[in-house]
Amino acid sequence: MFLELKQVGKRYKDQQNQFEVFSDIDLSIEENQFVSILGPSGCGKSTLLSMIAGLENVTEGTILLEGEEISKPGSDRGMVFQEPSLFPWLNVKNNVLYPIKKQLPKQEAEERVKHFLKMVHLSKFTNHYTYELSGGMQQRVAIARALSMDPKVLLMDEPFGALDEQTRDLMQDELTKIWQKTNKTILFVTHSIHEAIKLSDRVIVMGIRPGRVIADIHVDLPRPRKRSNPDVVKLESQVMDLLKVEIDKVLKEEIDYEASN
Amino acid sequence: MKLAIKRILFLVVVVGIWQLVVAMNVFPPVVLPGPLKVLEALYDGFASGSLLVALGASFKHLLIGLSLALLFGTILGVILGKSRQADETAGMYLIALQSIPSIVWVPLSLMLFGFTEFAVIFVVVLGGTFVMALNVRSAIQNVPPQLVKAARTMGTSGAELFYRVEIPASIPYYMTGVRLAWAFSWRALMAGELLSNGPGLGYSLQFASDFAKMDQVIGIIIIIGTIGAIVDQLVFSKLEKNVLKRWGLLNT
Repeated sequence: MFLELKQVGKRYKDQQNQFEVFSDIDLSIEENQFVSILGPSGCGKSTLLSMIAGLENVTEGTILLEGEEISKPGSDRGMVFQEPSLFPWLNVKNNVLYPIKKQLPKQEAEERVKHFLKMVHLSKFTNHYTYELSGGMQQRVAIARALSMDPKVLLMDEPFGALDEQTRDLMQDELTKIWQKTNKTILFVTHSIHEAIKLSDRVIVMGIRPGRVIADIHVDLPRPRKRSNPDVVKLESQVMDLLKVEIDKVLKEEIDYEASN
Repeated sequence: MKLAIKRILFLVVVVGIWQLVVAMNVFPPVVLPGPLKVLEALYDGFASGSLLVALGASFKHLLIGLSLALLFGTILGVILGKSRQADETAGMYLIALQSIPSIVWVPLSLMLFGFTEFAVIFVVVLGGTFVMALNVRSAIQNVPPQLVKAARTMGTSGAELFYRVEIPASIPYYMTGVRLAWAFSWRALMAGELLSNGPGLGYSLQFASDFAKMDQVIGIIIIIGTIGAIVDQLVFSKLEKNVLKRWGLLNT
């Protein structure tokens, strides 16, 4: 198996209290697949992604990428965050060049930068700085940057969450094209049901309190998936029902807490 | 253009009021000379070269003192910014030291180093170092964690993380530190020179005052203010603004 999560759990500890975000997550992800992790806020989906990235330590279980245990960040896993996180002191070209500057010979690295900037339609903006770019453009640079180091898996943490709806829609279409072109394995965290179903081969739905996987849905619909497609609509409402239970649970807890005080 | 006219007009009005006060003889002319008299004194000072010598000496003190202040401030700031232990232990004292007006150091410096130029430079160094250190500390502590995270996912760590990400990310605060260090050093320089044995602008001021040459005193005050404004506006503010813009911290 390509990417494997075995009995993975995450616990935070302070002096007195222990807080469990989730536990016993078992997942196997195949190569070249587009997989979304969907869940309400607080379910730990972003934490799980950070653990795969190696930014958060794994408190229980193991995560294996091609059989090797993950313990720290590495260039075999590219990550795109909700904020573009570009380096403002570098122009677009040098931002994309950043991860491969020391790893590759100069010419090869620059070729690669050119290639990926073309893929995200930003060839015209190579010499611009981040403050001159819109949010969608910045996020495209971030995607090109992550791809430039040729990672085995691309981790995306609500990458379009801060964009307006039209831009988000365009970005989703672009990402689908990029995924089809590069054949990367993509792990995509989102709280948008529509986004997850539109993009993915497989949607992993997480629940809350305790954080866990509550459904694992294979989406076998032809792309591009239009919003109005009845199969898409049906699937969306199914997932919505699943998530409603989880969200209601949190809401009820909060109301009960208010009532008891 | 309109801005320039407004500013010149304002200056004309201020000089006009000054002239008016002189003309009404509120103070004896020995105490408050008129604008023309001051202009004459300035002209004489530059023509005889005495003001140029003083200016040269002051800039020498400033250049040496400020350079050392930036160097020490940076080193101190990086230590405090990187090590929590150091910050918790010494950070508070740094704020205390920074709040001491630099003229307070002058008697100590004169006692330690005598009436030498080094004594003046010492005061300038003290004037700039602490404010620089505080700003460098903030610069390091305010590196956006998001950028560090992103860099780590691209395989950057350790010393490489420091010089490829943390240093460039902290440049905006660093520039603010440089500008403030300049401003503090400039004030410290004048304080130090005022009590020194010269040469220097502050010394010339004290000398003129001792001989009751108020036209020279006012002239030198004007020079000090002008240089302060010019350096701040033309050098440091511009530099800082450019950096802030590039780093996306300025809304234009």
